[in-house]
Amino acid sequence: MTIRSIVRVGLAPLLLGACQYQHYQSDFGAAAVEDRQFLALFWIFMGVCGFMYALVIVFLIAGVVRSRRAADANVVETGRHHQSSPLMRSTLIGWTALIGVGLAGLAIASFFADRSMARAATGEKLSITVTGNQWWWDVSYDSDDASKTMRTANELHLPVGVPTRIILKSADVIHSFWVPSLNGKQDLIPGRQNDITIVPRKIGIFRGQCAEFCGTQHARMSLVVIVEPYRDFIQWWDHQLQPAPAPTTPLTLAGYQYVTSGACGACHNIGGTPASGTVGPDLTHLASRRSLAAGTMPMSEGNLYGWVEDPQSLKPGVKMPTIGLEPDQLHAVVAYLETLK
Amino acid sequence: MTDIRAGVFEAMPPRERERERVEAENRRLAAERKKIARDGPKLKGERLTARLDATWRRPPGIIGWLATVDHKEIGRRYILTALGFFVLAGILALIMRVQLGSPDNTLIGAERYNQLFSMHGSTMMFLFAVPVMEGVAVYIIPLMLGTRSTAFPRLNAFSYYMYLFGGLMLWIAFVLNMAPDLGWFEYTPLSGPQYSPGKHTDIWAQMVTYTEVAALAAAVVLVCTILKARAPGMTLARMPLFAWAMLVEGVMIIFAMPAVALVTTVLLIPDRLVGTQFFNAAEGGDALLFQHMFWFFGHPEVYIIFLPATGFVSVIVETFCRRPVFAHSVVVLALISTGILSFGLWVHHMFATGLPRVGYSFFTAASMSVSIPTGLQIFCWLATMWDGRPRFQVPMLYVVGFIVTFVIGGLTGVILAAVPLDLQLHDTYFVVGHFHYVLIGGAVFPLLGIFTYWYPKITGRMMDETLGKIGFWLVFIGFHTTFMPMHWMGMLGMPRRVYTYPAGLGLELPNLISTAGAFVLGLGALLFVLNGIVSLYRGAIAGPNPWDAASLEWATSSPPPVYNFEHIPVVESDTPLWDSDGELPVVTGLRVDEKEMLLTTVVAATPDVREPVPQASLWPFISACAVGIVFAASIFSAWAVPFGLIPCGIALIAWFWPKDMKRTPEPVIS
Repeated sequence: MTIRSIVRVGLAPLLLGACQYQHYQSDFGAAAVEDRQFLALFWIFMGVCGFMYALVIVFLIAGVVRSRRAADANVVETGRHHQSSPLMRSTLIGWTALIGVGLAGLAIASFFADRSMARAATGEKLSITVTGNQWWWDVSYDSDDASKTMRTANELHLPVGVPTRIILKSADVIHSFWVPSLNGKQDLIPGRQNDITIVPRKIGIFRGQCAEFCGTQHARMSLVVIVEPYRDFIQWWDHQLQPAPAPTTPLTLAGYQYVTSGACGACHNIGGTPASGTVGPDLTHLASRRSLAAGTMPMSEGNLYGWVEDPQSLKPGVKMPTIGLEPDQLHAVVAYLETLK
Repeated sequence: MTDIRAGVFEAMPPRERERERVEAENRRLAAERKKIARDGPKLKGERLTARLDATWRRPPGIIGWLATVDHKEIGRRYILTALGFFVLAGILALIMRVQLGSPDNTLIGAERYNQLFSMHGSTMMFLFAVPVMEGVAVYIIPLMLGTRSTAFPRLNAFSYYMYLFGGLMLWIAFVLNMAPDLGWFEYTPLSGPQYSPGKHTDIWAQMVTYTEVAALAAAVVLVCTILKARAPGMTLARMPLFAWAMLVEGVMIIFAMPAVALVTTVLLIPDRLVGTQFFNAAEGGDALLFQHMFWFFGHPEVYIIFLPATGFVSVIVETFCRRPVFAHSVVVLALISTGILSFGLWVHHMFATGLPRVGYSFFTAASMSVSIPTGLQIFCWLATMWDGRPRFQVPMLYVVGFIVTFVIGGLTGVILAAVPLDLQLHDTYFVVGHFHYVLIGGAVFPLLGIFTYWYPKITGRMMDETLGKIGFWLVFIGFHTTFMPMHWMGMLGMPRRVYTYPAGLGLELPNLISTAGAFVLGLGALLFVLNGIVSLYRGAIAGPNPWDAASLEWATSSPPPVYNFEHIPVVESDTPLWDSDGELPVVTGLRVDEKEMLLTTVVAATPDVREPVPQASLWPFISACAVGIVFAASIFSAWAVPFGLIPCGIALIAWFWPKDMKRTPEPVIS
């Protein structure tokens, strides 16, 4: 019955479609405890709802078929239009009971799934603070040891199997943190603090995206989530703690000088350099990240050129201005940024 | 001290003089009363209709056109204006679908796209869905109840002009590139002064105020008409289900709409205009307050749109199944309980905001329980089909389309009510698919059906059946092709309100299918509109009751005369035209020299009061202009409010200026 009703609701193509992709950003990812529970509950709901829908359609078809045959219908022409058949009256009671039982069952299933997700979320080993900004994510790895605290942007690394609590804050308007393959969403609300816990079960790269409309570039506010083995994760963290490497060639030196003394450093921070702005994403290890401008494009030399030269045409409305760099300045800046591995 | 009342009575003691005066006055009034023309055995047929026509007809010309208080004229304007906005918002939807047809599309920029979806949502919710339902009701309800006019006809006219001005302001702003760009919900702090410079948000907030004033006024008109103006004998138990639906809807509007008018006009605009800090967390305000108040209106809003549509379905099912709707009282109770429950679910729009989880469980249960009354209504319609003999003409096709479609929307609603599921699906295209199933499947399909059904009553001609059927199938297939893939997109991780999406997430195919479907749907809608226009000139002449229906609106000619009924009909069953042998019994005795309507008691509908009906007047139009100017000007300066209140006050005083302080020839209460 479940399968048939799913077909009826027209979600068969959904299954096919879902299988073709890597569940990069999909509810079918099932890459964490939470999303697996979501899927289990979802199919229970689909089954019950599909069954109820099938009943309605069968009743509709039966009514149409019967009406073509019945000569003794309770209609105006027979003068019996104020009567109704006893069968329908008793069916009404049965139908009401069925809806009641079905809904009660679903409500209870939903309640227990909710509680079990809340239980899975306890005992977190790692705490990360994600702050929403128009239109990028500020990510900060917290540690009791202040020297281990580290900031990055638009990229989240999670150790597989470790319950991780993500504290959600907003620096401006309401955003919503959502990595479909791992868990549902939670809002980032100015003046409030929310959190969400994820227990990743699959190693892989996933994409998340802001799910609450937050202004012009809401569509281009995504983040990359990398679930990796614990050892790799620690390695990555240690690497991120390093300050930016010093420039070694004349070209990168020129870029370094422009970035740290020019307009860039007012907004961006680059660890170990005079650039210490906080209103834009941290750039200390920019070139080690997979994407540029909160997932607007993949990280590459060409994209860096395009972005630094004219961010307003690639992500119109973004807070980073198009400065109008001279060609030699642009070469130098991009060359320096590429060293920020 | 000298008595100033000198004259012939001077000699008489005061009390006697007074009695004498009153008696003389009474004799004079009695003589006048005898001369009053009323309908009845002495005055009937053509002489009666000529007198009624002369009394009820509005003044000719442009002034008369603006001054009219005829519910049929106002209802028609309401419907046509709302359909105009529907077409405009539909065109925006098609442009959005083109933009989303392929990934990383650059046809439309982010800013313009945000304006498009904001305009689409705001127009559909505020300027189409609620007004069109109220417009249909304003036209039909007095006819269906067997009376000559709505209650408060001038308020009705005022309501239309307020609505029109609000809609015009929004769309003029769109043309001037000042349209709202933060969705139909405009959450704070995004819509606050810091993150939304310019006038985009203020335009939206004031448009809401206009349309809420209009909707509240129309709701009061409808509720009072339904409770007090029913034909004698039409007890609450015999009242048509459409009237029940509109009664519940009207009461819901009266409770729900003030919340949104309050949150936009009283809290958001002052935040933006005069520096209050209601929503600014940094100053002790609360960003979430806006969401609570918005959804306290916003969720009932869905049922405010849906309940009239269930009324349409009941009307069509009754006529085309040739029997009254099965379990009339169950349907009535379902309508009322839906209305009450809908006020207890608003938090299911806020499951991701981090409110306490115990509260979530309550709202999950409440959201699911609203499907019980709705499920009962669905059953009652299906049982009516089972017990009757349905004829599948165009209106009935739309009802079948409604059941097939709306039930899916209702069931995805049950899915969305569960917190763990909603946290994944919330604010994704799954939700977009869900509510279009509910709003198009649940409200627009019945609307198109009822349009075909009441078209002959309003115009006197039938809509073309073949074109109607082709249109239905295009709309039905186009709709499902457009919106079914959206559930799939949502599951694949596509959030709402995005102007584009990257390639490689599996979103290309469903979006392409959806865009293709949107054009089929658009073609179906176009065909419907063309059918409506062509049939106006070439449709078959309808006659008073082309569908052989049972309710009172079919007891008068098509289109109805300006006074609706020659005599007020008397109702003896819930299907009066089916249960009388050709001629309905009537009550007589209403004045024909003045506009007058019969009011009856609320429950039993026994004749109660003969109520004078106001003449056409320009003051509702002038008042709407005055109020409209205050609203529009207050976008730019707070001083518009105190100074603008002066012309508003003058217009309202003139509107309500008593016409005649003398005693009337007869007491109004009979």
